[in-house]
Amino acid sequence: MRVAVVGAGPAGVRAVGQLVRAGLHPLWIDEAPDGGGRIYQRPPPGFRRSPQALYGLEARKATALHAALDALKPRADWRPDTLVWNIATHPGRLNLMRDGVATEQGFDAAILCTGAMDRVVPVPGWTRPGVTTLGAAQIALKAQGCAIGQRVALVGSGPLLWLVAYQYLRAGAGLAAVLDTTPFRRKLQALRGLPHDPATLAKGLFYVTRLRAAGIPVAEGATPLAIEGEAPDVVAALRWRDAAGREHRLECDAVGLGWGVRPELQLADLAGVPIGFDPVQHNWVPQRDLTGRTPVAGIYLAGDGAGIGGAAVAELAGARAAQALLADAGLPVDTALVARLERRLLRQARFRTALERAFPFPAHLAAAMPDETILCRCESVTAGELRAAAAPDGPHGASPEVNRAKAFTRIGMGRCQGRVCGAAAAEVLAARLGCDTAAIGRLRGQPPVKPLPIPQPEAAP
Amino acid sequence: MTTPREADVLVIGGGGAGCSAALHLARRGAHVVLLERGLVGSQASGSNYGGVRQQGRHPAELPVAKRSHELWKRLPQLIGTDCEFVQTGHLKLARSEAEAAELAAYLDVARSHALELQLLGRAMLRARYPWLGPSVVAASFAPGDGSANPRLLAPALAQAARESGAAILEHTAVTACHHGGGRFLLETAAGPFTAPRLLNTAGFWGGQLAASFGEPVPIRHLTPNMMVTEPVPYFIRPNIGVAGGGVYMRQIPRGNIIIGGGHGTGDPSVPMSRPSPEVTLQVMQRAVALVPDLAGVSVIRSWSGIDGILPDKIPVVGPSLTTPGLFHAFGFSGHGFQLGPAIGAILCELALDGRTETPLDGLSIGRFARAALPVG
Ligand SMILES: Cc1cc2nc3c(=O)[nH]c(=O)nc-3n(C[C@H](O)[C@H](O)[C@H](O)COP(=O)(O)OP(=O)(O)OC[C@H]3O[C@@H](n4cnc5c(N)ncnc54)[C@H](O)[C@@H]3O)c2cc1C
Repeated sequence: MRVAVVGAGPAGVRAVGQLVRAGLHPLWIDEAPDGGGRIYQRPPPGFRRSPQALYGLEARKATALHAALDALKPRADWRPDTLVWNIATHPGRLNLMRDGVATEQGFDAAILCTGAMDRVVPVPGWTRPGVTTLGAAQIALKAQGCAIGQRVALVGSGPLLWLVAYQYLRAGAGLAAVLDTTPFRRKLQALRGLPHDPATLAKGLFYVTRLRAAGIPVAEGATPLAIEGEAPDVVAALRWRDAAGREHRLECDAVGLGWGVRPELQLADLAGVPIGFDPVQHNWVPQRDLTGRTPVAGIYLAGDGAGIGGAAVAELAGARAAQALLADAGLPVDTALVARLERRLLRQARFRTALERAFPFPAHLAAAMPDETILCRCESVTAGELRAAAAPDGPHGASPEVNRAKAFTRIGMGRCQGRVCGAAAAEVLAARLGCDTAAIGRLRGQPPVKPLPIPQPEAAP
Repeated sequence: MTTPREADVLVIGGGGAGCSAALHLARRGAHVVLLERGLVGSQASGSNYGGVRQQGRHPAELPVAKRSHELWKRLPQLIGTDCEFVQTGHLKLARSEAEAAELAAYLDVARSHALELQLLGRAMLRARYPWLGPSVVAASFAPGDGSANPRLLAPALAQAARESGAAILEHTAVTACHHGGGRFLLETAAGPFTAPRLLNTAGFWGGQLAASFGEPVPIRHLTPNMMVTEPVPYFIRPNIGVAGGGVYMRQIPRGNIIIGGGHGTGDPSVPMSRPSPEVTLQVMQRAVALVPDLAGVSVIRSWSGIDGILPDKIPVVGPSLTTPGLFHAFGFSGHGFQLGPAIGAILCELALDGRTETPLDGLSIGRFARAALPVG
């Protein structure tokens, strides 16, 4: 039986672990040079910072995952640096690209563990060099031992904001301030659900306390207004408004922005898995059950690509999906393990709901974005242009949904295919049309999943 | 049953053909209702390559193409927007002597339809387009041709039609058609509609509609494979095709290069279409053979769309032979984007005046009725 696993983050590693344990030799692909995923991204060979320095409180988990990864590589058909740029089912087929060489691989069953990426709300000035996502700010540190600036402002909400801030603090990087857009009150209300996972709660409080103790300015209920600088290619300051409505100008030379993450679901989409809007996560998520099964036979999902759950959930879900695949293939299943995994997954799901309530996506910030803000940075489309395209009296009529808005304005048509701006664009459009985000729809997935370089011409015969 | 909404003319299908017809009819003061299953321009008219060319067309459709060409040039006056139509010229390349001979042979057709074409030899090609690869030996250049943004045309025509009083009903599929007592009765989820005249501009699906009026045609679905690159500096000015087909490309001033060639897959009953990864890779190879500088430029998106193709690769345009008051314009066989504006003008004349200035010889649905007659 030909089994493929896409992704070697926490979900992918644990999925492959179970498949190998059952005697299979899966095809295992990751577009990165090594496994570990974004959360446990490894530095390039030759870099020598300790796991403690790189991963902080997560060092033990990272080390364990890396050990499992390295042990599994020789027992699978391991293909790093390889992009899966298209998928088809019935018969199952993956289109791969590595070093400019395209190949194709058939499969009977596949577990897609494609992870997540940052969810951003564009702020005027966000296209200046020096502005990154929170995830990118963190990867600079983990993979390269670099900070994104010398006086870094971190803005957003969610666990990643505080984690990155703490990691920057520990690494000795200069922090100008940490601005959380969620009001303290909102978090407190939602915290009632959090005791399902006291460890995470404790970690969050620990980070905040440490930052305050180190004298880093921290604000809650903040609203970022603009990232400014004299020349167009520098960052000199962040203008923001505090919860009491006072405006401030914070001097900084780099800004990290992020409001949680969203699933990287293009492959699931191309495989035909139905995608629905999850109002709690405020994300489009592929349809799957607790076991990782989807309505498409032979396609299983695990990890953040299947709906945001975080690294701990990803490890559980990866193992669970592999067990589901084994069961469907008529191979022996570890029923005790399955029961344990499901119990823990259910507990985590309750915690996750509370977390999402504590750190909701700031749809209002996106909706209120000034007209001149560049919304789609690949195609330089402003929020105002998108709003104009929504109006029924434009030269082409109204855009009742996001793909039509894309057709008219080019929003989401660039290199990233809307992966960066899509979430915020939907809010802008929904607010203008006065309907819910779900009704706006989502940008259709189209191959290639990531840019595909045209090869050199074949030598003439 | 609810009382049907009355109109002078009903139009089924809101692609370029149908929206243009609605516009021309409304401007003539007719009460027109267009019924579209999805959004206007959501099928072939909105997903095509965007080529607006006359060069290379079958002689039977050249009169329509020429009329359309005049309308394309006047789009801003007609509908207040140019839909990004630019006359960059269309350059058709030959990669062998046989292909060069094919280009030369078309010169006679062009001359008899007063279509300006220039034949370019190797030296001239190198001088004018130094970025062409060594495989190209000759070309013919049509200076008036060009390209436009397919995502804009049908919606812009529909918007202008609305402003002129047409009713454009989207998300309104026609589920059944009846004809009797000189009137058509169409059923939709939004209720019934009735009119003495009906236009079939339902694209690929126009074949089923014609069949329901006793005029079946051997239509198949066609799903051209399309892709677009990231933006790179603007260097490919003309819209490029090749004799023998297999690859075509154009660059827009903002830098993206749109490349077509080969076919994807599709299911018109859904409707859905998707590009084929193998074809995408093959066509990338063909494109870089023509323009070696494309090596290393990234393709960022691929897609397909559904058009109807007839065996002789030209559409059905003209009155029904079974049902008075019914006029067809469908099955554009992969090259009806350019024709859309004129098709609307022609259908309007047929519906209101019973005749049109534009010769439609060779495009009648009758050609299939004859072919279908048993032999012997
Ligand atoms: C990928 C691709 C590339 C192409 N490239 C070019 C090019 O470069 N140049 C060129 O000239 N041509 C090109 N073509 C061809 C061109 O796009 C089509 O010939 C043209 O758009 C057809 O227009 P239409 O109005 O007949 O059909 P469509 O645009 O398909 O419109 C038909 C409409 O009818 C609607 N409909 C069908 N059934 C019903 C029903 N029962 N009730 C209500 N509505 C219904 C459909 O939803 C659809 O919107 C290409 C086509 C494709 C697919």
